[in-house]
Amino acid sequence: MTATITPYRSSQQAGRDGFAQLLHAEWTKFRTVRSWVIAMVIAVVLIDVVALLLTGGQVQCGSRSGVACLPHVPTGPGGEAVNDSYYLAAQPLAGDGSITVRVTSLTGSIENTGGFIPANGRQSPTRRGLVPWAKAGIIITGSTRPGSAYAAMMVTGNHGVHMQYDYTSDIVAMPGPVSAASPRWLRLSRSGNVITGYDSADGRHWTEVGTARLAGLTGTVQAGMFATSPLDFMPNLPSYAESGGGMSASVATGAFDDVDLRGGAPGGQWARRQVGANDANGPQAPPGIGFRQAGGRFTVTGSGDIGPVVAAGVNSDYVTGTLADHLVGLFFGLLTMIVIAAMFITVEYRRGLIRISLAASPRRGRLLAAKAVVIGLLTFLLGSAAVAVNVIVGSRIAHHSGIYVLPVGRLAEARVILGTGAMLAVASVLALSIGTVLRRSVASVAAVIVAIVLPYVLGVSGVLPATASEWILRVTPAAGFAIEQSVPQYQQVVGHYGPPDYFPLAPWSGFALLCTYAAIALGVAAYLLRHRDA
Amino acid sequence: MDQTIAPGGNQTMTVARHGRPRPGGPARTESARAGLSDALRAEWTKLRTVPGTAWILTVICVLTVAVGAATAAATRCGAGTRCAIDPTKVSLTGIEVGQAVVAVLAVLLISGEYSTGMIHTTFTAMPRRWMVLAAKAAVLTGVVLAPAVVAVAGSLAAGRLILTGNGITTAHGFAVVSLDHGPTVRAAAGSVVYLALIGLLSLGIATIVRDSAVATGAVLGMLYVPPIVALFLGGEPTWQRWIERYTPTNAGLAIVNTTGVHNMVISPWAGLGVLAAWAAAVLLAAGMLLRLRDA
Repeated sequence: MTATITPYRSSQQAGRDGFAQLLHAEWTKFRTVRSWVIAMVIAVVLIDVVALLLTGGQVQCGSRSGVACLPHVPTGPGGEAVNDSYYLAAQPLAGDGSITVRVTSLTGSIENTGGFIPANGRQSPTRRGLVPWAKAGIIITGSTRPGSAYAAMMVTGNHGVHMQYDYTSDIVAMPGPVSAASPRWLRLSRSGNVITGYDSADGRHWTEVGTARLAGLTGTVQAGMFATSPLDFMPNLPSYAESGGGMSASVATGAFDDVDLRGGAPGGQWARRQVGANDANGPQAPPGIGFRQAGGRFTVTGSGDIGPVVAAGVNSDYVTGTLADHLVGLFFGLLTMIVIAAMFITVEYRRGLIRISLAASPRRGRLLAAKAVVIGLLTFLLGSAAVAVNVIVGSRIAHHSGIYVLPVGRLAEARVILGTGAMLAVASVLALSIGTVLRRSVASVAAVIVAIVLPYVLGVSGVLPATASEWILRVTPAAGFAIEQSVPQYQQVVGHYGPPDYFPLAPWSGFALLCTYAAIALGVAAYLLRHRDA
Repeated sequence: MDQTIAPGGNQTMTVARHGRPRPGGPARTESARAGLSDALRAEWTKLRTVPGTAWILTVICVLTVAVGAATAAATRCGAGTRCAIDPTKVSLTGIEVGQAVVAVLAVLLISGEYSTGMIHTTFTAMPRRWMVLAAKAAVLTGVVLAPAVVAVAGSLAAGRLILTGNGITTAHGFAVVSLDHGPTVRAAAGSVVYLALIGLLSLGIATIVRDSAVATGAVLGMLYVPPIVALFLGGEPTWQRWIERYTPTNAGLAIVNTTGVHNMVISPWAGLGVLAAWAAAVLLAAGMLLRLRDA
């Protein structure tokens, strides 16, 4: 008789060790450490409370303050805030047609204000000169209401010929300054709502510069000559940083001849007018503005700007803000999340829990992945929620205190909110990875803060020269903060572009750089976790 | 007789007295209460025998000088333009980075003991806890001063060399980095003191916080978040001014300025005084908490 020996079997069901179980285990580890849960809640509260506490000041304008100071800013076809202020001499154009001119000179003057008041105060109130983006040329615009769709060919102060349309679009054309010896021929032709711009150095050989398809351009439009000149801004002036000044009004005069308008009413007269208020240049219009005609020669003198308003605070006389301005509390949240994310692994090493974790999940890479998913998701959700409150409530508070928050589309707003949440999550995963590599709390937390927060401080505080500041925000993990930028930077608008409103890298590029750092750190962490003894 | 001291306590005390452990040797019973000099020697031994310390001190010097030199190399002033360049301040930019390492050293000095449980041994050997803190503060100050002097001297030498090469010279109207120049001497001496005070303040914070990771986050946050907040507050001068006057780093770093001192919101020495007041207050609070709390 042979005895059959039944091997021992536990009555317990075998536990499954799928990734879901691992996630559940890591979530339990996180959730049951009370101080971490409390710290996360504090992080979210700090992100909101600090920012909202600090955005309470009221803008003062004359005897009024707060919401009474909000300007009426026109918005362009794309919904962005624009400056639309220039002097125009135009005729109606009912259907298709074209306008051609020869520009023989662009001259101007700049007020001696801002940082340029001489010590003896005896200098004349203006000096001859052109600001870099003084503009004169031809324009086809839907109407003379500020914010209308338009396309224009222009000569500029020192950027050569440009074609610009609908405020944000800018195409570089013929280089070099304009003069009687080297005039510029400009042409705009309209076919329905499509405007094509041409330039020429001799009036015979024409080059197509670009084509603009303008949704708002239907029916009768205005075609004519214009001139405008934005505020002079000297970013290198030492007094700029101290006084906030360095801006002065300017005017520009364009001289035109050989004007040829086709498609207009026969024998039409040039109707002259100032388009838009001259807000940007203060309450008083600079002297000399207007339109003069002598035979076939015309001069147009204007002041103002046609282009987007930027948050760099130099082409508007009101206080502007962006969504990023409400995110000052972010740093408190970021630091807290970095500390917790690093501890999520370093504490396991300190207490020896890592050996139990690895015994339970021998596939070590998956353990790290589970930790990354738990800490990443958690920080993303909490961070996005906190930032959403900041952006929405912060914008409202800013509005009531008289700050004009530059309008952005829903998409850009969502990108700022979710992107900033994602940035917190990626920074947390970076901290977790560095914690896995270094296995020590102090070193890990210090390394991550020095990698992310310190470059930001160096890049924004002005202790470094401008080139170094820009470079540091391009190459370090601090580039990830670019995701906060809600309004674009424009090369055709001079400004004091810098954090917290503007970053040298585009939002997603900066974020991608931070992700690259985190991915490399995570890879190294996974490799070391697998190849080292715990 | 005080012979009921735990074995660990005995060991440490013996180490402290003689500098070399005597396993099995009789405990010194004639003075069971360790004095300040014993505490100092114990702290010094603990710090000296941790392998990381020498590295950290080296990193303080190297980082500070390297960042200062890199900043100086990037500093230029085009011909015919007016530049607001403070050569001494530019040379000492590395302090911004070096202070983080000083803070980390200070955190390690106390929170390392909490994370390993060594603090129990320490307090058993030296029941007068404020003395332990005083000894740690004294040892930390001594240990930070040495690399601080090297780092500041190295930064100024590198800055002088590089800035002169970039045309930032007296011939172009800039003050040259020189020890004949009173404000430069003040900035140099003040920077050394600044680093030591940052170390003391960090030690105080870490003693209060105890956990090493949290303490690191707290001290680095203390160093770097107020300058960021001040930047965001551009539209609100009152708050901004307050931060620049009364937060440890913003006020303390006023010491590195040599030009435009009269336009600053706080004078250099007053700024350093604010930092010293912070360090003193936080250390005092830390000492009281040490007495009141269980270790």
